[in-house]
Amino acid sequence: MVDTSRSPTESSGFSRKLAALIIIIYAVVTLIPITWIILTGFKSVTSSITYPPEVFFEPSLEGYVNLFTTRTRQSQEYLEALPPPETWYEELVRSREMVIAGPSKFFGRYANSLIIGFGATFLSVFLGALAAYAFSRFKIPLKDDLMFFILSTRMFPPIAVAVPIFIMYRKIGLGDTHLGMIILYTVVNLSLAVWLLKGFMDEIPREYEEAAMIDGYTRMGAFFKIVLPQATTGIAATAIFCMIFSWNEYAFAVLLTQFNAQTAPPFIPTIIGEGGQDWSAIGAGTTLFLIPVMIFTVVLRKHLLRGITFGAVRK
Amino acid sequence: MSEIKLENLEKSFDDFVAVEKSDLTIQDNEFFVLLGPSGCGKTTTLRMIAGLELPTSGKILLDNEDVTFLRASQRDIAFVFQLFALYPHMNVKKNLAFPLKMQGFKKSEINKRIEEVSELLRIQHLLNSKVSSLSGGDRQRVALGRAIVRRPKAFLMDEPLGTLDAEFRELMCLELRKLHNDIKATTVYVTHDQLEAMSMGDRIAVMNKGKIIQFGTPKDIYLKPKTKFVGSFIGSPAMNFIPIHHPVEKNQNKIVINGENYDIPQSFGGTNSPTNYLGIRPEKMFLTDKKGIPGIVFGSEYLGARKILTIKSEFGNFKVRVSNQVNARIGSNVKINFEPKSAIVFDGTTDKAIESRYIKLN
Repeated sequence: MVDTSRSPTESSGFSRKLAALIIIIYAVVTLIPITWIILTGFKSVTSSITYPPEVFFEPSLEGYVNLFTTRTRQSQEYLEALPPPETWYEELVRSREMVIAGPSKFFGRYANSLIIGFGATFLSVFLGALAAYAFSRFKIPLKDDLMFFILSTRMFPPIAVAVPIFIMYRKIGLGDTHLGMIILYTVVNLSLAVWLLKGFMDEIPREYEEAAMIDGYTRMGAFFKIVLPQATTGIAATAIFCMIFSWNEYAFAVLLTQFNAQTAPPFIPTIIGEGGQDWSAIGAGTTLFLIPVMIFTVVLRKHLLRGITFGAVRK
Repeated sequence: MSEIKLENLEKSFDDFVAVEKSDLTIQDNEFFVLLGPSGCGKTTTLRMIAGLELPTSGKILLDNEDVTFLRASQRDIAFVFQLFALYPHMNVKKNLAFPLKMQGFKKSEINKRIEEVSELLRIQHLLNSKVSSLSGGDRQRVALGRAIVRRPKAFLMDEPLGTLDAEFRELMCLELRKLHNDIKATTVYVTHDQLEAMSMGDRIAVMNKGKIIQFGTPKDIYLKPKTKFVGSFIGSPAMNFIPIHHPVEKNQNKIVINGENYDIPQSFGGTNSPTNYLGIRPEKMFLTDKKGIPGIVFGSEYLGARKILTIKSEFGNFKVRVSNQVNARIGSNVKINFEPKSAIVFDGTTDKAIESRYIKLN
């Protein structure tokens, strides 16, 4: 019997269920490491290194406390001589026979990541949009060659040019600066931004900006008031890609930053506790590190979904 | 309102000449139509007037002020695009306010003008709607509104009715014409649709291959086409052409077709071209029992009071507009003749009409 209740172009119930099952399995597999690192952040230091690993454990904020503080071990007598702890985290630290010596560098590194990540994303999208508009609208000599040239900067892994960049940055004083990292990430992102945004700009009929120019606006005014709002989709998609790259970038950050402009990725794995890596603090740091880029992506997600299929459906 | 003058205007894109040296004066308060087949340069001409395209040479004068190299934004001209180009991220009201904001009007003045315009175009109920929710006709009205609200010196319209369906187009034609009568703004209207041009224009300029070939009132252009192209482009159905295989002399008032003499208006000019054409409008042709060009009825289109017969002859197909009383079965043999008074001889080499008692060039 042929089921006539569904259209022939629709998939059958079985294949849909199968597809859903495969997607769920895939999602679980990819989510296991993330779930594990988030769970590790809520383990105590001892629980985090227990073997075999504990799936069920007593949650503790020790990792988060360790992430934000530096501590020193003290003798039993010294601890007893102290006045009673004023806060819950002091109490937690003292129960491990330590006292808080001061704040850790995590907050500063995290702030660096935010400044550099958002700075580079903004700059990439802004410059990319201007370049993409020019490529889309104007007669530019050797346009195709220039577009290819821009793309060719991504035909090798960026880290391949790490040494010359390192030397160059040291010479001109951009090493370990926010500006230096923003420029570097912008350079890497720009080719993607130009190519992606040009596709979106090409889709926007010229008549809109021409109408705005007739309505009394300059080309720049028309670009900002008419073209950019219509390229929101493309801008959102491009911004997400740029943000993810700048936020997660590790190799250049290790190489070029140390104190002043170090971002969170090279910092988090270096969190050392007593007797080696402090895995619960690393878990805590990674969890907090995931949050901004997740919020950023979720906020722009509805644009992203439309954006990736750009050109597929005509407005 | 104002007068637009084009002097020696020319535009080429690389090797391609889009508009050849053109002179044109569009008078104050006039509804002027640029008519021509696609690719004839009419839109390029309009875009040059608007400032969206810069001419290669020549001048554009707006109220005697040279605006040739002024930016579009500085010309105080409104443009209605074929695809309307309403800003999709703004609602109707914001679309209408957009040009006013740039000119620094106060909020109260902006609101007042929007109110006036939306009343004139009957779009009050749409002001808060999204552009994407509007029908084609409503978009058209809003696009017109956005042009009018600024009270510009002139309106330029690029096939604004091209995307509307036939029924609605007719209505918008009437509305546009009425709007023009109400606000009396100099309007330049570009179209490839000769019916639109004939029904709306005070004057029409017919363009072909980058050249303005003829301009005048719709009646002038219909009755006295100065080139064979105009005769064939204007009119539905188009002019009929009978090839004549001998030169035409000065003061000639007869012409030989098929070995028989036919009267034509006395010619003032002449041509040595071996092949020339006699142009006759379909309504000036008729079926006859006496002297005529023999043919076979090939088709018959019923149009109410009249019908259009297609008659196959050795000179090609002729369209003849006759009363529907005329009995002509498909496949029957007929003879066709024409009224001599309005026949025009076109030079087969230059395509131009030969001056006669009926038609004068310039």
